Formats: sequence, structure tokens, C-alpha cells
Amino acid sequence: MIEVENLTKYYGNIRAIENVTFRVEKGEVVGFLGPNGSGKTTTMRILTCFMPASSGRATVAGYDVFTQSLDVRRHIGYMPESVPLYTEMKVTSYLKYVSKIRKIPRTQRNSRIDAVLESCGLTHMRNRIIGQLSKGYRQRVGLAQALIHNPDVLILDEPTIGLDPKQIVEIRELIKELGKEHTILLSTHILPEASMICGRIIVINNGSIAGSVTLSDGRITSVQSSEGEMTTLGESEELYVEAKAPAEDFSAAVAKIPNVIDVQTAGESADNHPRVYIDYELNTDIREELSNLIINNGWELLEMRPVEITLEEVFLRLTTE
Amino acid sequence: MKNIAAIFIKELHSYFVSVIAYIVIIGFIALSGLFFTSALARYSFSQDSVEFVTAVLFGNMSVMLLFIIPLLTMRLFAEEKKSGTIELLMTAPIRDTEVVIGKFLAGWALLLGMLLLSFLFPILMTQYGNPDFGPIFSSYLGLILLGSCFLSLGIMISSMTKNQIVAAFVSFGALLFLWVIGFLSNRAGVLGDIFSYISLIEHFEYFSRGIVGLKHVVYYLSFIAVCLFLTVKSVESAKWK
Repeated sequence: MIEVENLTKYYGNIRAIENVTFRVEKGEVVGFLGPNGSGKTTTMRILTCFMPASSGRATVAGYDVFTQSLDVRRHIGYMPESVPLYTEMKVTSYLKYVSKIRKIPRTQRNSRIDAVLESCGLTHMRNRIIGQLSKGYRQRVGLAQALIHNPDVLILDEPTIGLDPKQIVEIRELIKELGKEHTILLSTHILPEASMICGRIIVINNGSIAGSVTLSDGRITSVQSSEGEMTTLGESEELYVEAKAPAEDFSAAVAKIPNVIDVQTAGESADNHPRVYIDYELNTDIREELSNLIINNGWELLEMRPVEITLEEVFLRLTTE
Repeated sequence: MKNIAAIFIKELHSYFVSVIAYIVIIGFIALSGLFFTSALARYSFSQDSVEFVTAVLFGNMSVMLLFIIPLLTMRLFAEEKKSGTIELLMTAPIRDTEVVIGKFLAGWALLLGMLLLSFLFPILMTQYGNPDFGPIFSSYLGLILLGSCFLSLGIMISSMTKNQIVAAFVSFGALLFLWVIGFLSNRAGVLGDIFSYISLIEHFEYFSRGIVGLKHVVYYLSFIAVCLFLTVKSVESAKWK
């Protein structure tokens, strides 16, 4: 649905993005994750035909953003970071205006307006003047505006910025719901949000793609860095254990437990208690055997917890050289 | 065409919601009324011709347009740029030309509305005298053309800045310059002719005398066309920055 190849953009002498390449397939919800000033908005502005790239090419829904700009714009719903609202207008008259410039046939306009008001939770605010709405409601009007023509591709720049926790949850739910029918590219710098909504995350740093992370149900399943190094996660499960025991005996004993693949020492505590990471087969449980082992040897268990690799760790690993 | 209509309606709506339209129209009509009354008073004392009254009225109206129109055009692009709504406009499937024309027509509708209301004064004159409607109609044609030139230049300036005050002030300055350059036309020779041809007001004087010359109509129309063309280019070029 979205194909980006070697996209580069300079503002004067300042490089905003360089050789950005990625693809988004139909029906995917992809997060664009990166620190401030990493080039997220620039990339999105190029995709939405707001400005042209210095070099490289990009296509959306099969149309080139530069040569077939009008066709691209017809297939995109865009919510810019600074929500583009005419504050003197009422919610409905604003949406009516957008539906006109989005070329929705006259007969469908009212039903589309009602539909987006409903899905964005704005029905009771429909006759308010936009300038008098709270930040959260304005954000929703911005989202409604992007949805009104039922676009194939939705591009959302920081859709949840400035919202309160309840509103954030609501907008996330809405985006998840929309993801069932639309292809969505959204930018964010909030990590939990990205892992909650997105099926894939593209990490951008300093104007170039640092890597991508695939998730399922909020859990990371694989990480690919831009150097092509691919790490598949989820082939094994991991436990972190700290026990009061002689380090070598402990490791050796643990390694003999069935289904254990690997035991890695994570260092020792101040009292020379061993701390280890234990990898074991998926869909098995070694906790019972492990605790029995410790008790039967007269050792003591101080800590045991499952280890899940977090997006934070991946993000930091990808964005720091 | 539908896009132009959508932009046109939205802009006209904004003018009326944001009280600019009311202030501008009321101000224009009230001041015109003042000039009209004083011209009538002077006419009743001296024995000037009736044409004197209309000439004073339309001359003053043309000067007022010079002040008022930058106020109408200043927000057209500058406001969108400042508030970020330009991003909505530029990523919607509409052409830049359609945006520019829609906005121009909205300002134009307001100009026509103002001039239409001011037609009250010539009608009033028919109650007490017998004014010649030839020069009146040609003056109105001249005012429409002159006002359109002001609008097109104002829009062009507005498309170059984010700041409405800057847009208004620069438009006003540029219009004033194109106005007073006619004062230099007293110079003999080619230079004088050129100054007189460039000046916005020199052409208007023919209209107020009842002369609708093709040369002058062409001048105004080409002025408008060039300004609107440059506006489209300026909107396009903003994307490249």
C-alpha cells in the first residue's frame, strides 16, 4: 500500500531524512517510532504530498506521490501533528467543508459525517464551535476529518499527543478498530502505545531507518536492524533467578532440568549469590522443578521472574550506536 | 469547479463569522455616506455640475478600497499558514489554482456586496435630480476592476507570509506605491508615459469620466491575471522550502 524507496529530504543544507526505505502492506498497522526530530513528520509530509522529497521515490496505493499527487491525496486520510482546524467553525460545518474538498458525493455527505461523528465519539459535540472544544475533542475532530472519505490509507502524526489517559485509551481503541479495515501509518514516541496498537514498528533515528520490530499481541516476535541483522525472539522463554547457593553447583544443577536450553550467568550479588538467566523450551514450565531443586539442595530462592524483552530495550539498542 | 465553490463558500462563511465582513462593509458604507453628504452639501452651495458629486463619491470610494481590501485579503493564506490548516488544504485532492480562485472569488463577492450597497447613493440622487447614469455605471465597472486588482495583489502578498499584519501592511504599501507612481507621470517623455500606464489610478480616471477603454480594461485584467498566477506559483513554491 505504501512503498518508500531511498527517500531523502534536505531543508536547505539541513538533512531531515536520508535513504529512507520501507514498505507497508495492505491492512497493516505500522508505527513510526523515533526520538524528536528524527524525521517522522517529514516522511509523512512527503507521503501525503504536502511537500516533495529531494530524491528517492514513494508510492501510495500504487500512485507516485510526486507525479500522481492528486490520486494519492484521494486515497489518503491525514491527520497532521498540528491538527488543522478552523476554530471559528462548528464541528459539523467543518466536516462538511472537508467532505466537499474530499469530493464525497452530496448524497453521502450527511451519512458520512454522522458515521465519523459516531466513531470518534463526537455526536454530542456536533454543534459546538471548534474553538471552544477541549484539546482531546479537537484531536478527535482532527481524526474525524482524516476518516471522512473512508480512505484506504490513514496517516496519523502523533494522534494521541496532548490527551489525558482516558482519552488516550479511547483513541487507541478507535485506531485499533480502524486498523481492521484500513492501512494505517502512525507516528509516536510513546513506546507502550506503539506496542499496543501496531503490528509492526519502524524505528527511525537521525533521519534514517534504524530497524523494524514485529509484534503480535503486544509481544515482540522479531527485531530486524538496518544492518540486516535479524533476531527472532519467542523461540524460547526466559527466567531470571537469584538464589542463595554456590554458583557453580547451582548452574550445573539447573542445566540438568528437562527442557532447559541454556543457562547464562548474569553476575553475582554482593553476597556472592548467583544470578542467572535460564532459557527453556516454549510452552513448558520449569518453575516447579526449579523450586524443588533449590529446596531439595537446602538452598534458598531469592527471586524468580519471567523475562520479556521490552520495546524500550529494543528501541534503545536500535537508536544508540 | 465544485472545489472552487467549496473554498468560496467556506471563505465567505469565515468572513461573516469573524465579523470582518460586517466591520468592513459598515465602515465602507458609512464613510461613503459621509463623502456623499459633504459632496452634496458643497454642490448645493456652489454651482458645480452634478458630475462633480459622483466624481467625488467614486474617487473617495476608490481610495477607501485601497485601505480596506488589504484587510480583507490579509488572512486568506497567512492565517492558514499560521494555524497549520494549510496542511489540510494542500493534502486534499484539490489543485492549488482552485484554492487561489476560490479565495479570490470570496473576497470578490464581498467587494461586489459593498459596491452594490453603495449603489444606494446614485439611487438617492435620482429622487432629487437627474444624474447621468453612463459615467455612474462606467465608474462602477472601474471600481470593480480596480478592487479586483487590489484583491489579487493582496492575496499574492498573503500567500508569501504567515503573519497577517505583515500581509496587510505590505499589500497596502505596494498598492499605495502603484497608486502614487502616477504622480510622476507629469514628467515629459517615455518615462512619464510608463509611470502613467503602470499607475492603478490613472486608468480609473477614464472610467470615472464615463470612458470604458479597451486599453484600460486589458490593463486591469492582465494585472489581476498576473497576480493570481504569481499567487499559485507562490503557493506551489512554499512546498519546496
